[in-house]
Amino acid sequence: MNELEFEKPLNQLREKINELKAFTADSEVDLSEEISKLEERLIRLEADIYSNIKPWDRVQLARHPERPTALEYIEELFEDFMEMHGDRLYGDDHAIVGGIASYKGKPVTVIGHQRGKDTKENIKRNFGMPHPEGYRKALRLMKQAEKFKRPIICFIDTKGAYPGKAAEERGQSEAIARNLFEMAGLTVPVVCIVIGEGGSGGALALGVGNHLHMLENSTYSVISPEGAASILWKDAGLAKQAAESMKITAPDLKEMGIIDEIIPEVKGGAHRDVKTQAKSIDEVLLSSLKELSALDEESLVDQRYKKFQSIGEFTKEHV
Amino acid sequence: MLKDIFAKKKKYATIPSEHDKNDVPEGILTKCPKCKKIIYTKEIYKNKKVCLQCGYHHPMNAAERIECLADEGSFKEFNHHLTSENPLDFPDYLEKVEKDKKKTGLNEAVVTGTCEIDGHEAVLAIMDSTFRMGSMGSVVGEKIAEAVRTAEERGLPFIIFTASGGARMQEGVLSLMQMAKTSTALKRFSDKGDLIISMMTHPTTGGVSASFASLGDYNFAEPGALIGFAGRRIIEQTIREKLPEDFQTAEFLMEHGQLDQVISRLEMKEKLSVLLSLHKKGGESW
Repeated sequence: MNELEFEKPLNQLREKINELKAFTADSEVDLSEEISKLEERLIRLEADIYSNIKPWDRVQLARHPERPTALEYIEELFEDFMEMHGDRLYGDDHAIVGGIASYKGKPVTVIGHQRGKDTKENIKRNFGMPHPEGYRKALRLMKQAEKFKRPIICFIDTKGAYPGKAAEERGQSEAIARNLFEMAGLTVPVVCIVIGEGGSGGALALGVGNHLHMLENSTYSVISPEGAASILWKDAGLAKQAAESMKITAPDLKEMGIIDEIIPEVKGGAHRDVKTQAKSIDEVLLSSLKELSALDEESLVDQRYKKFQSIGEFTKEHV
Repeated sequence: MLKDIFAKKKKYATIPSEHDKNDVPEGILTKCPKCKKIIYTKEIYKNKKVCLQCGYHHPMNAAERIECLADEGSFKEFNHHLTSENPLDFPDYLEKVEKDKKKTGLNEAVVTGTCEIDGHEAVLAIMDSTFRMGSMGSVVGEKIAEAVRTAEERGLPFIIFTASGGARMQEGVLSLMQMAKTSTALKRFSDKGDLIISMMTHPTTGGVSASFASLGDYNFAEPGALIGFAGRRIIEQTIREKLPEDFQTAEFLMEHGQLDQVISRLEMKEKLSVLLSLHKKGGESW
């Protein structure tokens, strides 16, 4: 398992405990007292470390290679998922997956950014960075959901829209803009959940929802910490400082009133236990859908409109 | 000598004649055109006419499709009485139609009706390429449009299996207009929030691919099906380029964003059934 910097002291302690246990088992010497002392210390240290996760550590967790992807949550949360492909225009972008499924016995449309978990899959999925055809497929599926009056659930997890030549030629900006514009008018409930990285416009293009939730250790920002550091201070190495100052974590966004709920993560991060993590997503998702399905079409559009109109901070000068 | 009895026979090179090559006994054995394996026809039929060795989908006529898709005895046909006229007085046209009627037992290149799929009621239209290459004339257009209108009246999903070379040349511009006739019917149907499923089978080309075949809420295709607008030869002659081997196959279209899924015939009924159940109308809210 890839070791994260802030978890090093924990791992060292765990290793020591295991060594002592092995030693006790093999020899006559009884060290159980020392072991239980160390175990107590481990519990205290865990509590201390996991309740004090720094923004940069959250960035590492959000990018963890083993962090559960959209398809893994889809597998846990829904039944009868049928993936649908293609934008009907140019191609099928594997960096975005989407389709229809059954949630608690009712049909829903599910869409998400999709990273790979190994190099081969990452190449197929372009590391979860979509081209315009990905966004156009997503929009096609959202329009279809609207026709059949079923809610839309979006899982957001991307470093950003792919910065490439072909993407520009085919209108990356237009594709993202079109999604923001059209999502604003959808007459069905839209619930968006950031499960990993919420990288800028590429993330927002699946993010104009009635409710927006974030997993505790996910991030959502206008640019990556590395990008911010190189623009602001001309040094991508200062990413850690940028992460601190950019306010990109779930608690930050909650405080700014941009997201609705922080979905708690299992201790040590979502990758430790997908099933338990899916359960806590399930609770929040169900209560969102219950609340939103009480609204009629007009109120849904209106609620979404007001949500986004209210974002922004400024003072009005009195003249 | 004893040894002579076991002597090897002199080997002659044998060149199988064209006749021999194709001379697989009719009915008992079938040779797969893709992997060349010879398999008992009965086995292939049991496997929904899918090659047991390589998965090749042998062509199916309308009756076979209905049999492997609709719940037993649930299919009720519409409009078996409609028949082509000869609007352009095209020489030999009606004779050809008459010949195909006898050959296939159909009145035209599409069979329409209602059926149940795992208990889900739907209007089904199945094109049959053994009748005038599945080409679309006035009767095909009317039968499909009528099936859509019926689905609209009864609030049922509309499922179409396409198999067609395109427009029927002998009916000229009337045939072209069937593209618009079927599409306008589908537009009204779709605007009411009803479900259209298109399943493209080998071959789906020309005016059929450029109208109802591409207008599903879900567009699917069978593996290996040829699907496209212009013919391969025409394109090659126009652009003076050799086209890739897989050009205009279902898999090619899938890669180019035109299909939701390529669905094997072996999973088709199950997948359609799930899809239909996800589009059931009504149901309580959360």
